[in-house]
This record gives sequence, C-alpha cells and structure tokens, in this order.
Amino acid sequence: MSQITREEVAHLARLSRLALDDAELDGLAAQLEVILEAVAKIGEVTDAADVTPMTHAVPLENVMRPDVVRASLPREDVLAGAPAAEDDRFRVPRILDEES
Amino acid sequence: MTDLTRLTAVETAVAIRDREVSATEVTQAHLDRIAAVDGQVHAFLHVDPEGALDTARRVDAGELSGPLAGVPLGLKDVVVQKGVPTTVGSKILEGWRPPYDATVVKRLREAGVVILGKTNMDEFAMGSSTEHSAYGPTHNPWDLSRIPGGSGGGSAAAVAAYEAPLAIGTDTGGSIRQPAAVTGTVGVKPTYGGVSRYGLVAFSSSLDQAGPCARTVMDAALLHEAIAGYDPADSTSIPSPVPPVVEAARQADVSGLTIGVVRELSGEGYQAGVQQRFEEAVETLTELGAKVVEVSCPHFVYAMPAYYLIAPSEASSNLARFDSVRYGLRVGDDGERSLEEVMSLTRAQGFGAEVKRRIILGTYALSSGYYDAYYGQAQKVRTLITRDFTAAFQQADVLVSPTTPTVAFPLGERLDDPLAMYLADLATIPSNLYGGPAMSLPAGLSEGLPVGLQIMAPTMRDDLLYRVGAAFEAARPAPVPPLSWEA
Repeated sequence: MSQITREEVAHLARLSRLALDDAELDGLAAQLEVILEAVAKIGEVTDAADVTPMTHAVPLENVMRPDVVRASLPREDVLAGAPAAEDDRFRVPRILDEES
Repeated sequence: MTDLTRLTAVETAVAIRDREVSATEVTQAHLDRIAAVDGQVHAFLHVDPEGALDTARRVDAGELSGPLAGVPLGLKDVVVQKGVPTTVGSKILEGWRPPYDATVVKRLREAGVVILGKTNMDEFAMGSSTEHSAYGPTHNPWDLSRIPGGSGGGSAAAVAAYEAPLAIGTDTGGSIRQPAAVTGTVGVKPTYGGVSRYGLVAFSSSLDQAGPCARTVMDAALLHEAIAGYDPADSTSIPSPVPPVVEAARQADVSGLTIGVVRELSGEGYQAGVQQRFEEAVETLTELGAKVVEVSCPHFVYAMPAYYLIAPSEASSNLARFDSVRYGLRVGDDGERSLEEVMSLTRAQGFGAEVKRRIILGTYALSSGYYDAYYGQAQKVRTLITRDFTAAFQQADVLVSPTTPTVAFPLGERLDDPLAMYLADLATIPSNLYGGPAMSLPAGLSEGLPVGLQIMAPTMRDDLLYRVGAAFEAARPAPVPPLSWEA
C-alpha cells in the first residue's frame, strides 16, 4: 500500500514553505515511502496504549526567573546579520496583496 | 623537540603551566598542523588564527588560567561564537556571524581554552557521515576514502588527525559517539540538561546535547567538567552539581560494578568484526573485576523508528526560524514577489536534500490524521524505552554495546539510501530518547578500522562512564592511526 502520494508531498512542501521542483517532489515521494514503511514499525508496539507520552527527558516544572529588566543585544549587532534592514528594522518583502 | 600536536590535553596544559612551552607555541603548532593536513581531511569549515592566538597570548600573560588553559580545541559549527562565521554546515547561514556567544563558548573562553575554528558537520546535524554538509565531506584520518561519522565528523576527525587535542560535538541521535567510534577517539554525550543548549542551533530540542571529543578519557573528563553545569539561559538545564567526572576518570576502577550487556544491541546488522571486538571488550571488563550480566531492553528495537519521527517533527518546527527575514540567505526578493514566495524560494535553495527530507517527514508526522499514529505513538514508545533503561539499571550499574553496527563505510556508499544511513545510529539513539549519558571509546580494530565500545549510564551518573571508560582504556590503550596518507 502506498503510504504517501506525490500530491501529499507537494502539500507538505507548501505547508513547510519549501518551493520544491518536480524532480524533488518525485524523489521525496519515493524516499518517504521507504522511510515511512520503516518508521511505521512503531505501530507494532502493543503495550503502548495506556502509556503516558514522553515529551522530554527532564521532567521539569515551569521554570521561572525574576522579572527584571536586562540588557538585550545591541540593535546594530542583530541587524548586521539580516538579509535586508532599513530604518533600524528588518526589511521584508511585500506581505499584503496590492489590492488589500 | 616533542611534536606538540601529539600531546594529550592534560600533558599540554601541564607543559604550559610549568612554562616548558607557551600557549602561543602550542596554538601555532596546531594551526600549522591544520594548514598541513586539513586540505586532505577537511575537518574545519573556518579557522580563526587571530582569535586563537589572542586567547593563547592571554594565557601566556597569566590573564586566563585553569586545568585546560592554553589547550586548543575545534568547535562544531552548530555552536555560535560571537563574530566567527557559523553555518551549521548549511548554505542558508553562509556568511552569518553570530552576535553572541553560546554558554559553552563563554565557559571555554573563561577556562582559557583556545578555540582554533569551526568544524565540519552534516547540515543542521542531520546525518551520519558529514556527506550532508553543504561544504563537502570530511575524510576519515584512518582511511581518507571513508566516512568520519556524523554529524560531528569534523570534530572527531580533527582530534584523530592531531589537528586539535579536544573538540566540542553535539549529539542528538549519536552525532558525538558514532564519529568517535569510527575515528578511534573518545566521545561523550552528557546527561540531557547537563550542558547548556543556549547558543546551539537547534535541531531536535528534546534530544540535542553538547559534549566532549578527545583522544583520552581523562581529556574528555576535563572538557566535560569545563562546559557542564546549570545555566539559567537554558530552561531544560538541570540545577544540580556536575557529576564528578574527573575524579571518576582518575579512579579508573570497575571492581564492584555490574555491567549489563544489552541483548537487543547485537546480532543482526552488526558486523562480525565489530561483534568480536565488543565481546573481547566485555571479557576485559570481566578481567578488571566487573561483574557482567545480560540485560534485555525489548523496546530498543523501536528506538530508530521512534527517533525518526520525533527528531524530524521537532526539526520541522525548529527550522521554521530560517525564514529569510532575520539572518542568513534571502533568494528572489525582486520587489514583486511576496514574503511567502521569497521565504519558500530561500528555503528550497538554502536547505540541502536531507534537511528538506526531514522537514517534510516531520511535517507529515505532525499533521492531523497522522499525529496519533506517528508522533504520539513515538512519544509513548519513548516512555517504554526509558522504562527499559530504568529496569536494566536495577540489574546493572552501566550498560554496554558496540557503538556502531559497522566500521567506517566508504564515502558515497549510503548517500542515496537514507534508510541505510539512519541505521548507523541503531545503538546510540536509545540514550538520547532516555536522556541518560553515554560514551564511546576505542575498542580495537576490525579490517584495520576502529571499533567503538559504548557505555551507557543512568541520568546524572556521567561519572560512571568515566570510571569504567578510564579503567578500560588503561587495560586496552587506543590504537594509533597510521596516517599513511601524510606526505
């Protein structure tokens, strides 16, 4: 049985903001088929039904710190690594449609 | 005169402290060594001679001191260092210079450790061979046509090729231990939460852990102690004292300890030569006075599938930060395209094949309709694997296995077969899922290539790894690489 179709991979790529080309979509569909078949083995574990899922290795409670003002990184140091900056801010491409 | 690059970290630090040699001379010797051999090994992505020599001068001036002052180190390129290019082996961060230091870097600086440069790795630490580095693979110093392991192959190869006595690695599913095994070096994944993750570029946050790479157990212990300890900047950092790893390495005694051989981490898939060296290692531990028992961890066979659901799921979320806005690459910003189009083009061009594969896999495992069967089930299996560990540690103080199923395989052999590549981490993954510490150390050769012995301990009992590891190392010294490719 096919676990994953090319259309599903294309949908996942859109969700992941990855503009993949046709060759990549074809390749990924075939590879994910093999990988999913291998990882689906965890479905065989029958004694997991009533087990609490483990999200983390350290069972920590909420970690709090005093609410005090601390220095942040200098703005120019942070913006120095940005692909584009303007007026002390990150410059981004158009977010809204022209019409809206 | 002694070749300064052949000294251990301990010998180097003592020689500097006793003024037999300066930190500057030691640093220059290693920079020269890198210049001489790294064209063939390619362990480093970036070398920082100015920064390294500056630290060395400060050690020589008496401004910095400590057990590792003046000792050179390679830093895996997943750890941010202020002002020094950090790429994580990816094109998406090419040219980025971090505006701050990771906690690990801060501690290394305070200890006077000389950071030589950034070491090569599989992109975003996803891989077992460094072949997924966007900047080309690292070569195994034992045989340049073979993989150095991954993702931290650069750190392990740098240590094995005498380019640095110490290196920092990170281990999410075996990225410190598997490279250590196939390069004949020592590598330790500390207890999760033992070393701060602040300033590590995140792959799978519930599994990632930084740790030491070295040529001896004692050197690893000193580096472990230098970087470990509570850090308020990492909310998963454990607020307890660092286990006494250096003292344990000095103790180097297994008498009175029970060592458990994990039944599920042997047999099918493990090369005969690897299995043979492992059995001899167990024999050595018995001769040294340990009691050896067999233990069963029935859910370990599901560790690989659970890992390849949990880690890609977390990665698909973590790597959302590479959005072409705040740092790194931006592609196709022509004034016409929307933010979303630019983002999608940037990510498609900036990420390599394995990273895309894992983002898609993780997005799939987290999507509605599949969540319970995949991600949810994997988290339950993680609980069961942890219970297996807890039960096994009722019967034994530490557990042992081969670190990897095979010796270093040829470069290119598994590149087009992701699943075969994933199998390299079969024995290392369980400790990441559980969170406990684990070490790989040299256990002889098979086909002329190194085999690793893995030791696993309960959470926050990192000291037991060093106690057993140092005892084993004293009885069975690590083989020395022939380096026959050197001119």
